[in-house]
Amino acid sequence: MSGERVPVRAGLFEEHDGDVTLLGVRCRRCRRYQFPVSANCSACSGDDVEAVRLSSAGTLWGWTTVHTAPPGYEGPVPFGFGVVELPEGLRVITRIEATDVDTLRFGMPMRAGVAALHDNDDGDTLVTYTFAPAS
Amino acid sequence: MSDAVALAGVGIHPFGRFGDTTVTDLGVAAVRAALVEADDPRFDAAFCGTAYAGVAAGHKVLSALGRTGMPIVDVEAGCASGAAALMLAAGAIRAGQYDTVLVFGIEKMPKGIIRSSFFEPWREAAGLAATPAYFALRAQRLQREAGVTKEHLAQVVVKNRRHGVENPDAMFRKETSVGEVLGSRVVCEPLHLFMLCSPNEGAAAVVLRRGSAATRGAVRLDAAVLRSHLPGSVLGEATPMSGVDDTDIPPPTTLAARDAFTAAGIEPGDLDVVECQDTDAARELLSYEELGLCGPGEQGRLIDEATTTLGGRLPVNPSGGLLSKGEPLGASALGQVVELTRQLRGTAGARQVAGARVALAHTVGRGANASVTILSR
Repeated sequence: MSGERVPVRAGLFEEHDGDVTLLGVRCRRCRRYQFPVSANCSACSGDDVEAVRLSSAGTLWGWTTVHTAPPGYEGPVPFGFGVVELPEGLRVITRIEATDVDTLRFGMPMRAGVAALHDNDDGDTLVTYTFAPAS
Repeated sequence: MSDAVALAGVGIHPFGRFGDTTVTDLGVAAVRAALVEADDPRFDAAFCGTAYAGVAAGHKVLSALGRTGMPIVDVEAGCASGAAALMLAAGAIRAGQYDTVLVFGIEKMPKGIIRSSFFEPWREAAGLAATPAYFALRAQRLQREAGVTKEHLAQVVVKNRRHGVENPDAMFRKETSVGEVLGSRVVCEPLHLFMLCSPNEGAAAVVLRRGSAATRGAVRLDAAVLRSHLPGSVLGEATPMSGVDDTDIPPPTTLAARDAFTAAGIEPGDLDVVECQDTDAARELLSYEELGLCGPGEQGRLIDEATTTLGGRLPVNPSGGLLSKGEPLGASALGQVVELTRQLRGTAGARQVAGARVALAHTVGRGANASVTILSR
């Protein structure tokens, strides 16, 4: 089957009715959030974590533009790269969608979405999560 | 205090690009030079720092020299590989296991952005393994939180490249200007091409020897510390996918510096000369604060007042730094030790820091790993 949208990794995010949610875990011992999903807490080494759906909205905490394709990357360049801070207190590494990077500001509201990367050998489109300024 | 550890000999193969010369050849040149300086001693063990040279790379160097039979161990700790080898060697001497140890670092890096098995394939495919972008985000944070400007970043490059002119072992030996740095292409805003060091090739070696007799007049190794990161910082060299507010989480460089100052019984104010990790221009400025060379937000002033330029109160990277030498991962930390040994001996030529008695070397990189080495004479 071709023409499908295939996530770059299963279990990174969910998409329904246009809403995109990153999937993470929360440690039941130290209460720390973590992305992506892991069986272990990377803060306190606990193994009792619960799956959580993280907030779709956050604020911009850092950004830059990648002009040259990094190793192992076959998607379009240039693309935005940065950090979005979620209300859970989590700072997440993400692609950044912006038609004009000069309009990006520290602390501006951002919203999760899906970005196309490249078509694979089966004709499917590899996709991943991204964040764009909230409109 | 336990037995002193002395640097009995140091050697280096220049850092650069050397065509078909093998990584073994590079290592042989540096090891031979260090052994000659140390009067060709018998050594009890050898530790070889490398990340890319492959299986038993240290054995190949010592086999070529016919100097085998002792334990030979390759050590990998990212940008701190050579310093990790130094830590193991110094610790074994202080523990009484060995009297004389050879420590060397070798590397022949692939060109361009370094591909690393550190990242999972999905992360590469998503574009989230872009190493220079991480450097850029750290630089941007420094601009936001410490008042550092792009001109400051450019001035770090100008300073180190000026120092590098006098270093025959450096890859780039031509001065540059703020205008030229800011005119080079943008790699990831705010970092321009000239603000990033080049992965390259090279080797460095030191012979460590136990005993107070051996240390009379010689350069002493007072601390050789390696630390890794604490969890939590999203922009740390551990490069996790997520993190939390890291205000109260000391970075690995700070952890290593605290341990090293304690071990050496000195404070940052006692230092005469520093070689620090300048993978990119912002990394040097981050290191100033993390090492305790200045307080929060004072990095720009150190540059404005030329404090860290040769002739200033505390010269940083008199060798030209990685921005002039390039970065052969396994060799870079020991290259710093070679430079500082020469500085402390007073044999650094035109880049000599007058009267240098106490010196600090620092690396930080993937893992995360950070090393701080303190030398004195």
